[in-house]
Amino acid sequence: MDFLAPTSWAEALETKAAHPDALPVAGGTDVMVELNFDHRRPAALLDLNRVPELQEWSRADDGRIRLGAGVTYSRVIAELGGTLPGLAMAARTVGSPQIRNRGTVGGNLGAASPAGDSHPALLAAFAEVEIASVRGTRVVPVADFFTGVKRSVLEPDELIAAVRITPPAGPQQFCKIGTRNAMVIAVSAFGFALHPDRREVGTGIGSAAPTPRPAPEAAAFLAGELEAAGLWDSRSPLPEGLATEFGRRVRDAAAPIDDVRGSAAYRLHALSVMARRAATWAWDAYRTDDGNDGNDGNDHRSAAA
Amino acid sequence: MRIELTVNGTRREADDVWEGESLLYALRERLGLPGSKNACEQGECGSCTVYLDGTPVCSCLVAAGQAQGREVTTVEGLREGDELDPVQQAFVEKGAVQCGFCTPGFLMSTKDLLQRNPNPSDPEIREALAGNLCRCTGYEKILDAVRAAAAVTQR
Repeated sequence: MDFLAPTSWAEALETKAAHPDALPVAGGTDVMVELNFDHRRPAALLDLNRVPELQEWSRADDGRIRLGAGVTYSRVIAELGGTLPGLAMAARTVGSPQIRNRGTVGGNLGAASPAGDSHPALLAAFAEVEIASVRGTRVVPVADFFTGVKRSVLEPDELIAAVRITPPAGPQQFCKIGTRNAMVIAVSAFGFALHPDRREVGTGIGSAAPTPRPAPEAAAFLAGELEAAGLWDSRSPLPEGLATEFGRRVRDAAAPIDDVRGSAAYRLHALSVMARRAATWAWDAYRTDDGNDGNDGNDHRSAAA
Repeated sequence: MRIELTVNGTRREADDVWEGESLLYALRERLGLPGSKNACEQGECGSCTVYLDGTPVCSCLVAAGQAQGREVTTVEGLREGDELDPVQQAFVEKGAVQCGFCTPGFLMSTKDLLQRNPNPSDPEIREALAGNLCRCTGYEKILDAVRAAAAVTQR
């Protein structure tokens, strides 16, 4: 096995092009488990910890956040908790402090697990993945990034450079079901975002299909009903029946399996409940907020689901 | 491969490190520092917690090569000379140790918590220790020790 440790982004891309079978490792919270348990013996490890460009996030002129693939969950929580509330809520549910100090959003995407905690939040926020190789850069919506269980659109010579996320114009929520509060892989998870500027709803289903996936039909249904009833403007309470029907349609968008963490039936039920609650909590926040929720730099939301 | 790193303030090097080897293995088997414990090897138990450039991490999930040139602090580096760190002393005095296997990890997580937050609430203590498992104590004595260490640290 080789240990490749580029010290710049350009060198990292050249190294990946020269060693397409090298396994990228950032925080190691997935990769090292596979090595420790002899589940994987890659020809080489490509350590991305020494690539400074990956450890940075920045705000573009239009306000959009470019989150370097190597930014840890701890930093997302500490530095972007108010700007990207949905992602920060998901980040707080990741593992333990030790894991959040090492694990990265880019690594979560690279592993492409259906249970990745950041994925539902990224889906609901309509985030995009910036992918690069020596051939150039391309941008892929998160909804198109995953192709199967632990599979993505990444080509062998490509690396994840960053995630691009527009800070929300409305409230976001993240819910996760597990056997306890800390240190759990999701039995199922749900990300939700209200986009009042676009009069749209964002959704993300985790751990209840071969890939993380949005629930576009449910989202269009809820956004349409909100529009038809004039609720975006009146900010009247969300009708309970509407929230319940939204939950049912989110459930119908999932395709879970029975496994050691939970049954398919439980996952479907949990999703319908999480979606109903997330929509209700977010709508309640929208009713009382001034519309630029999350941009005050102070994270005042609870991650508890 | 060879790695060079600073461990507990001392420059150390290790040869014949396997490229897929964990920092935990290198510390225990190559550098003679068995304080960090090897249990789950998947980041669940926290027994291998060390500081990497001052940040608590599970050393089982850090590739040894990733620690090249960096500063590592293990439980062996907590005490100053013959004096136990106040956190270690509190664990002794409160009986927060039974089999002792998880203790190094708890000490490292507690020390980090108190450096960031000298007067933590109980929920903050629980959150800070969420990545450390103990199968003996039921945690109550450990929580007592953290509170006691916080009281001493603040004095």
